[in-house]
Amino acid sequence: MKFSRKTLGVPYALFLLLFVAIPLVVLFYYAFTNGQGQFTFHNLTSFFTDPNTLGTLFYSFLIAIVTTLVCLAIAYPVAYILATSHLKAKSVIIMVFVMPMWINFSLRITALKEILTVLEGNLAFHPFLNSVIGMTYDFLPFMILPIYNTIVKLDGSLIEAAKDLGANDTGAFLRVTLPLSVPGIVSGISMVFLPAMTNYVVLDMLYNSTYIMGSLIGSYFSAYNWHGGSMIALILLAIICVFTLVSNTSGEEDSRAGGALL
Amino acid sequence: MIRKTLRTLVPVLTLVFLYAPILILAFFSFTNATQIGMVRGFTLKNYITLFTTEELRSMIVGTLLLAFGSAILATLLGTLGAIGSFYSKKGVSSAIRTVNQIPVINADVVTGFSICILLVVVFGISKDTYIPLIIGHVTLSAPFVYLSVIPKLKQMDSSLYEAALDLGATPASALLRVVIPQIFSGMISGFSLAITLSLDDYFIATYTKPATFDTISTYVVNATKGSQTSIKTALWALSTVIFVIVILIVIGMNIKAAKEQKKG
Amino acid sequence: MANNENIIELKHISKVFDDGFTAVSDFNLEVKRGEFVTFLGPSGCGKTTTLRMIAGFDMPSEGDILLNGQDISKMPPNLRPINTVFQRYALFPHMNIFDNIAFGLKQKKTPKDEISRKVKKVLELVDLEGFEKRSVSTLSGGQQQRVAIARALVNEPQILLLDEPLGALDLKMRKEMQIELKNMHDELGITFIYVTHDQEEALTMSDKIVVMSEGKIQQIGTPEDIYNEPQNAFVADFIGESNLFNGIMTGTKKARFAGGQFDCVDDVPEGTQITAVVRPEDVVLTDPAQGQIRGKVTSVIFKGIHYEIIVQSGRYEVVIQSTKSASVGDVVGMQVAPDGIHIMIAENHTNFFPVDVNRAHHLEFNGTELHASLTQLVKGSRRGENKELLDENGQVIDPDKLHITAAIEPQDIKMTDDVDDENVLIEGTISNLIYKGDHYSYVINTELGQDFIVDDEYLWNMGDQIGLILPIEKMRFSVKK
Repeated sequence: MKFSRKTLGVPYALFLLLFVAIPLVVLFYYAFTNGQGQFTFHNLTSFFTDPNTLGTLFYSFLIAIVTTLVCLAIAYPVAYILATSHLKAKSVIIMVFVMPMWINFSLRITALKEILTVLEGNLAFHPFLNSVIGMTYDFLPFMILPIYNTIVKLDGSLIEAAKDLGANDTGAFLRVTLPLSVPGIVSGISMVFLPAMTNYVVLDMLYNSTYIMGSLIGSYFSAYNWHGGSMIALILLAIICVFTLVSNTSGEEDSRAGGALL
Repeated sequence: MIRKTLRTLVPVLTLVFLYAPILILAFFSFTNATQIGMVRGFTLKNYITLFTTEELRSMIVGTLLLAFGSAILATLLGTLGAIGSFYSKKGVSSAIRTVNQIPVINADVVTGFSICILLVVVFGISKDTYIPLIIGHVTLSAPFVYLSVIPKLKQMDSSLYEAALDLGATPASALLRVVIPQIFSGMISGFSLAITLSLDDYFIATYTKPATFDTISTYVVNATKGSQTSIKTALWALSTVIFVIVILIVIGMNIKAAKEQKKG
Repeated sequence: MANNENIIELKHISKVFDDGFTAVSDFNLEVKRGEFVTFLGPSGCGKTTTLRMIAGFDMPSEGDILLNGQDISKMPPNLRPINTVFQRYALFPHMNIFDNIAFGLKQKKTPKDEISRKVKKVLELVDLEGFEKRSVSTLSGGQQQRVAIARALVNEPQILLLDEPLGALDLKMRKEMQIELKNMHDELGITFIYVTHDQEEALTMSDKIVVMSEGKIQQIGTPEDIYNEPQNAFVADFIGESNLFNGIMTGTKKARFAGGQFDCVDDVPEGTQITAVVRPEDVVLTDPAQGQIRGKVTSVIFKGIHYEIIVQSGRYEVVIQSTKSASVGDVVGMQVAPDGIHIMIAENHTNFFPVDVNRAHHLEFNGTELHASLTQLVKGSRRGENKELLDENGQVIDPDKLHITAAIEPQDIKMTDDVDDENVLIEGTISNLIYKGDHYSYVINTELGQDFIVDDEYLWNMGDQIGLILPIEKMRFSVKK
């Protein structure tokens, strides 16, 4: 074949097809079949009729929402204060906030667990609280960074213009800074919310035995029940799709990947 | 006045929240305590255990090999994919961009589970071959390499490639000698991102790894369940070692950035 | 048979892009060895595409490119003995000056000592001795330009292609580089093919100019030919400033246009419809009594070495360059010597007339709104919330900055003696008629001062007062920004 720059992309295109696109098709197939390979809605209907699985869905949302709100409540002031400070070494300081991201999460949760054990005596007394603390501890940097990046790029003259037009500090913040930092907030939320619904290891490590959506997949996996697990994965995918569509309309494109990690 | 205090207090307290557990654990890793609070004496025992226990050593080496191996593969694939899609027709490149976005936004549990089903359940590939694990980690990180290389291609003056051809270079050598150097910084940041993602991953490894193999994440999670005290405290040492390495890397990056700023 | 004098020949070259856009159509050109040829035209006229086909970056959809008689139209760029100086230089940022210049020689596996000798020599040629170790980013725009030229020349190409090479330089630097490039060309004897949209640059430097518009060659000639004897209205308008008037030959070397009677040097048969080209510097201001035509000064701008004076004569606007000033409001006479008038036979009699964009952002002619889509006309534009016209960046387009010309064929215009008919766009008087065998061709002096040419099979009388119906669906519009 003649060399061309376009053909260089073929291996990666095939890779994406084989290991990203086709697995989703397979998930679909397994979610709507039973062990005998027959088509069935059973997996879907049983999820939405079983009070246990519905409870898990509810508990996942609850943990994710609370974690996201706590992260936002801490991250926004921190990001705002850093971004608007006149310190020269801003970029170094923000790195200090982000650095924990690069330490293995299981080791960090281990550290947190030791501290919480000393503080609470027995972790089993406050499973929900501990889970929220654990997830906040794990995901906080992912919320700080995109918000900081958005605010730090804001044109300072916009605030000056608002003040010039008669707004006081609070008014300028509420009517200029806050609306313009929405893209950062949105991408921060999407970095925190979805992992909080699925990262069941944090709960496991902190002795919270209540299931979230991710734990369901884990338990089906351990039981070799591919059909049930696929249905849960599919439901999660649907939630992720809806979430992404909503956040894409209000945030910048690619900001989730680009804003926080690159 | 209150405002000024708050402006300092909020970031400082957040830093305390983020770092206190790691630092406290680091302190106790140098003691013979088996639990936080009870110090009887200082010792390097945990570090000796960490570096001499065969199980721990092979787990760390395995994790690093997996991270570097999958990151190299991901960088190759992602970079080639970015170049190919950048020069392809609009429809093709937007198709690649869309599919590329799926692993980025997807939950790792779902990615890991779906790859496990395809490779292990449908194709019947044994997890012991390490193939599902490596493919899983490349799937996790190659999209991020793609995303870090594409902006560099966009920034590049499009006539550079043509200039190389014009001066007699073959398309392959024009790519190697002119295009690759221009996008190299994107490849490097993609590569380091791939390393971080692989090191931090738990879910994809859980669903695709051989039963006898452990990464740091899977090992630590299992160790916290059935805790053997000497192993548990050795992991405090591991946490401290990684913390120090990360600090050194960050300091190094800052020095390099400062130097470059002075130069440029 | 290949002509030995010609280094490169383009035969019936066309380029249609994947999206269906025809960038170049039926382009024919012969370039002699050692010539300095310039492709001149507005942006989007196909000049750069033609250059890229010569370089090998784009393949022609049709036609052949012959280099020394050999067809090279399918040859990849790296094998062609042709080198390019790119618009934004395209210097490799990760290499120093030496490595940039040596790049081509290294591809040819030239011995090391020969490379350093050649690089040194070519750096002397472009006045950058001792710059070998410098990095690209430390050079000024002008220096980068010189490196780009050196990098191409060191390969001793048979043809050097230059794609708007001076576009990024400031005016003073550009003038200096023009002279230097011309000297380099004379010294080296290499064939230069140069692309620019700057007519002054083309006129100063070239042996031969190819004027292009909308993918087609408009005229090929020496700078003098192109300036003094433009072959059509586009060339006359694009090259230098000029006044264009529609008119008619009224006798031997006599023409009537702009409301006056003029002697000229072109011998064109009486009754021929013509376009007269008068350069602003060829119009002489006189006392009102001595002028061939008269008018009132509406604008005077000092341009450094001369005044640009605009005079309204009836409905005609005449642009004049004069070393003497005038005051706005003065009534002046204007004279044009016979050799200051260039007569072009209007081979087709298409009527061109300016249309306005009104405050509501709709097309308007003579106070009547034309129902044509402006968004289709102005590339990338769209309507905003209040129906205002926005450009691709969402900025409101200033109607005064849009110059839209409408074109309509003589046979598409209808005449009526009912001047109050609601379809009448403009009124006028028949000032001339010629029988063309099966129809009459009329010249109509309109109320706006512009002459329209109308074909009609019925006989009307000279001096008849008539209304013109111009059907909108027969009009073609073009935009000039």
